[in-house]
Amino acid sequence: MNKIFEVPLYPYERSDDQVATRPARHKVIVIGAGPIGLAAAIDLAQQGVEVVVLDDNDKVSFGSRAICFAKRPLEILDRLGCGQEMVDKGVEWDVGKVFFDDRQVYEFNLLPEEGHERPAFINLQQYYFEKFLVDRARELQAEGAPLDIRGRNKVLSVTDHGDYVGLLVDTPDGEYRLEADWLIACDGAGSPTRAMLGLDFVGRVFEDNFLIADVIMEADFPTERWFWFDPPFNRGQSALLHKQPDGVWRIDLQLGWDIDREEEKKPENVIPRLKAMLGEDVKFDLEWVSIYTFQCRRMEKFRHGRVIFAGDSAHQVSPFGARGANSGLQDTDNLTWKLKLVIDGLAPDTLLDSYDVERILGADENILNSSRSTDFITPKSEMSRILRDAVLDLSEHYDFARPLVNSGRLSVPCTYDGSPLNSADALTGGPERTRPGAPCPDVPLDDGFLLRALGDRFTLLTIDCDAPEEIEEGGVTVTRLALTTANDRSGLLKERYLGDAPSAVYLIRPDQHVAARRTEFNEPLLRAALRRATAQEATQ
Amino acid sequence: MTALTLTPNIEIADDFYADLLAAHETLSKDESDAFNARLLLILANHIGDRVVLSEALSAAAKAAGPR
Repeated sequence: MNKIFEVPLYPYERSDDQVATRPARHKVIVIGAGPIGLAAAIDLAQQGVEVVVLDDNDKVSFGSRAICFAKRPLEILDRLGCGQEMVDKGVEWDVGKVFFDDRQVYEFNLLPEEGHERPAFINLQQYYFEKFLVDRARELQAEGAPLDIRGRNKVLSVTDHGDYVGLLVDTPDGEYRLEADWLIACDGAGSPTRAMLGLDFVGRVFEDNFLIADVIMEADFPTERWFWFDPPFNRGQSALLHKQPDGVWRIDLQLGWDIDREEEKKPENVIPRLKAMLGEDVKFDLEWVSIYTFQCRRMEKFRHGRVIFAGDSAHQVSPFGARGANSGLQDTDNLTWKLKLVIDGLAPDTLLDSYDVERILGADENILNSSRSTDFITPKSEMSRILRDAVLDLSEHYDFARPLVNSGRLSVPCTYDGSPLNSADALTGGPERTRPGAPCPDVPLDDGFLLRALGDRFTLLTIDCDAPEEIEEGGVTVTRLALTTANDRSGLLKERYLGDAPSAVYLIRPDQHVAARRTEFNEPLLRAALRRATAQEATQ
Repeated sequence: MTALTLTPNIEIADDFYADLLAAHETLSKDESDAFNARLLLILANHIGDRVVLSEALSAAAKAAGPR
């Protein structure tokens, strides 16, 4: 079997920087070529910001790892130019089944909301995800974008000098020094950068072990998410079965705390467990096995001067709800446009402090949700188990109990309520879901979808209302996107952006979050909102 | 004023209490615990109002006797 994680994707090549007499200075250095580091680099490079990615490895991640990608990250990937590849390869699913003991207690359909280009979720192995990002990076390089990925470049030290960051990097040809105006650390939950800078990472450790196995089988299981509480084949614990592309199935088995991790990982122990679950007759190959424990925690601040943390290096959650990679992509989505404005001298560096405010809000929401899922899946006391089992028993008979069943609350993007970049809501009767701070929901247009039309610039979205085509304020340009409900055939533009308002003007940020909205265009107020959204004016 | 009713409100309270005991009569301790949990969740859903539920949680905590 040819596994893409066995082939070097960004093999080591000697860089001119290694023989330079003075350390080369780069605009941005990203540490880590995982999903988050690559997304950050692509985002910056396609906006023309020079960026170097350093990774101590040269391959995509080993094993499937993150497998569930939600709508919002897919929309972000569309903006980065590689959403379609992910969706084409990924497996879509809507149906989930919940089992308790030896029986199915209920079945649900996610019933994704109409009028979005992207599905609610796809399942895709992290190695594909990373490969498509590397492909996109290569495409940008071929177009001349200032992006460099350096494999087998291990960062040994990081020093923030105030006006730049110094790095010492080890390679197969020895050590060399680099400098960066800005450093983005996307080096994972065990972030060496965080350790080198002596920064905190506190939170709650959950005392449990989970066996993850990827198996390849030709089986008739439908493309559904199956979750078991206390099944006969894994007594007192939980189990999950989920489909990935290429006939690969993800199996998660909770093992409890007091186990011998090395023993449990051995195929002679894993295979009988899987047979008990899948049935003696099902033929399967074990592709990857791992045992993990997890933590829910975050750094106190994600920005430390010129060093900025994104993804798991900044925050970590339990895997229930697919909030790791999904939230990491929202980090870089939030960060890159701000960094670009700061680098271009169009916004003060305090704009980056709003990254902290907004993404800490997102991280806390994720930590809260994933901790609650964990508490439901692995009750911590006798009474919490009694209540959990009562919910499951009731869910077999009564609809009301089903929303209480928590095997992971699937990732939805954070609304940045209270962000200093928001202007007060001035759209009377406007929908709650598109209030300032909210991520823009997609809407079908005559020729495609709204989010594609928004792109990655400041946009003035006007609905049934007049406004200039372009406004410039302090070097930042806002371009108008004029829509009308006259050809809103689905009625969704009205439903999602107007509500009871007769018309609307939205100021939308490059990360497609709403900065301000009101009923009519008002130039001085729009200019003030834009200054606020770029940290040039205090919040009203 | 609280949203939670803490004045007598059950019709023929003695009958209800007898029903409650009867429901547990043949159950083991574990079964009774599970029954109580199901009953609690059914009643909580019926109430629905989060303010009332919060007040009920506080009222129950406050009424704990000396142990």
